[in-house]
Amino acid sequence: MIKAKHILGGIAALLAAGTALAAGPDIGQVVKQETNWTAIVMFAIFVGVTLWITKWAATKTKTAADFYTAGGGITGFQNGLAIAGDYMSAASFLGISGLVFASGFDGLIFSIGWLVGWPVITFLMAERLRNLGKFTFADVAGYRFDAGPIRSFAACGSLTVVAFYLIAQMVGAGQLIQLLFGLDYTVAVIMVGVIMMTYVLFGGMTATTWVQIIKACMLLVGATFMAGAVMFQFGFSPEAMFAKAVEVHAKHDAIMSPGTFITDPISAISVGMALMFGTAGLPHILMRFFTVPSAKEARKSVAWATTWIGYFYILTFIIGFGAITNLIPNPMDYFVGGDLAKGLKGGGNMPAVHLARAVGGDVFMGFISAVAFATILAVVAGLTLSGASAVSHDLYASVWRHGNVDSATELRVSRITTVCLGIFAVSLGIVFQKQNVAFMVMLAFAVACSANFPVLFMSVLWKDCTTKGAVAGGTVGLISSVALTIMSPAVWEASLGHPKGSALFPYASSAIFSMTAAFLVIWIVSLLDRSAQAAKERALFPAQLIRSETGVGSSSASGH
Amino acid sequence: MKDEDIVERISKNPKFMQFVRMRNNYAIVLSILMIIVYFGYIGLIAFDKSFLAIKIGAGYVTSIGIPMGIGVLVFTIVITAIYVRRANNEFDAIKDEIVREASK
Repeated sequence: MIKAKHILGGIAALLAAGTALAAGPDIGQVVKQETNWTAIVMFAIFVGVTLWITKWAATKTKTAADFYTAGGGITGFQNGLAIAGDYMSAASFLGISGLVFASGFDGLIFSIGWLVGWPVITFLMAERLRNLGKFTFADVAGYRFDAGPIRSFAACGSLTVVAFYLIAQMVGAGQLIQLLFGLDYTVAVIMVGVIMMTYVLFGGMTATTWVQIIKACMLLVGATFMAGAVMFQFGFSPEAMFAKAVEVHAKHDAIMSPGTFITDPISAISVGMALMFGTAGLPHILMRFFTVPSAKEARKSVAWATTWIGYFYILTFIIGFGAITNLIPNPMDYFVGGDLAKGLKGGGNMPAVHLARAVGGDVFMGFISAVAFATILAVVAGLTLSGASAVSHDLYASVWRHGNVDSATELRVSRITTVCLGIFAVSLGIVFQKQNVAFMVMLAFAVACSANFPVLFMSVLWKDCTTKGAVAGGTVGLISSVALTIMSPAVWEASLGHPKGSALFPYASSAIFSMTAAFLVIWIVSLLDRSAQAAKERALFPAQLIRSETGVGSSSASGH
Repeated sequence: MKDEDIVERISKNPKFMQFVRMRNNYAIVLSILMIIVYFGYIGLIAFDKSFLAIKIGAGYVTSIGIPMGIGVLVFTIVITAIYVRRANNEFDAIKDEIVREASK
């Protein structure tokens, strides 16, 4: 069973986008560190600059369209960086490099899983999203469907994903700051909440986008420097680096091949599906497609995003091996009590931070710590904004007021929601302090691929899809993904503390079942739906098709 | 001219459906290619780990699983770029032509 625990711990760790420190078995090792002033000063500079940008953005945020989509004035290149900023979480950076440090090859498996969803988004979704949507992905699904049920469902799907992701990020933030800056957990969580709310409340999408762009650039520059420094040590020969790593690592040659992270084929495929299609159902990522002026720019965004994210994952792989070759030979500096067996100071997610010190000294380590914190801020800002838009645009303006609402009122509702979400995130961040929240990101990905993605996909691409089918299938996907994930060993046993072997659902991810179920139910219910409403919706498909393929009549996103 | 009229005219233009079919086929072929590459790699991890552990050559430490994995990352970037380049040039030109004809 130890092996099984390892597998699940590993998968949980790897899925923990943003919860770097909640990842895997290292949670117990989180100890408050000495106050790190270099990091705090660097971070203060980042916050200062971003708040100054927020002040500028506030002057440009006058309508609901400005708030949700920055007035549609973001270029493809900028949006690509911002998407990368949204996606390259602290877990990608600290978590994956930590996994490479611990097991070598296995870290690569999940980098790949996190990247391969992007081409699918590009080929099938990006352009259609841009042409059909205005502010939220519910606009896309709601184009020809009955607004009440489909938007209520889409808002539920979005808020579920946002809530799980947000809690995971907040807990990760608290622990990360405790580690890197030596600040108190509660102080850290409140600080993240307040800064994030300031960005979103005053600067809306414009400020959020620029925070993400700046953070993406800092992260790419920092990671490039580290990977470059490591490659330089080995005369830019990967073989030399691997040879040294195999020589010093306790697992020796085992780090050159896949280990124990994935064993049974169903889990392997299921995790693969969750990673690949989950990305196409994350509301904060989908929302970014409405910030660009045209389908052409939307495509450019994904091309740039994929390039930056892929490049970044290659860097994290090098950084992980660099940590092996730089840290293990110097146990006195980096390991607890100078003993390799006792693990790294600060826990298993620290290799990148320690390596930063090894190759760039204390100042560079401060920079990397500040980048890690900025990363969380940028991600929570994007999440909050997409949650706020689901409430104010879908639930309030479209369902409750039937679209009869002026932009100023809608904007006010989004701001109130932002404050509520901020308070919600901070409170739950504090409540869940001692919990292992890695599973919450798993839940977010499971719901995204089983509820949001099938509804979006079928409503856009299948002419016979109806409101009833989409809502029924989406709901089945939502409930089954949450239920199966909770009954899976990673949550039931590892997080909820039930005895080993008591989990009712034996696999690492629900996707293969819950996503399939969602598609099947959408298909069957739509086929059986003979109502007049269904006939009306099917009749609207040709017009939807033309708009989704050509952009004729699509929202300019420039507002009013 | 109103958008509704343009939509009406486009729906009557046989070139439009032909264009949609052509582009969708291209997108589906590329998607399937991506899925084969990715699930092929995941399949090797699930069913044949020892294959990925084979060394790239006598006397080397690097296993073939590593360049293959990096290869999947690079493939992902390249296939996205190929689609976007073709869509932004060729496809958009055809689409613009169809919309222009309908707007006359």
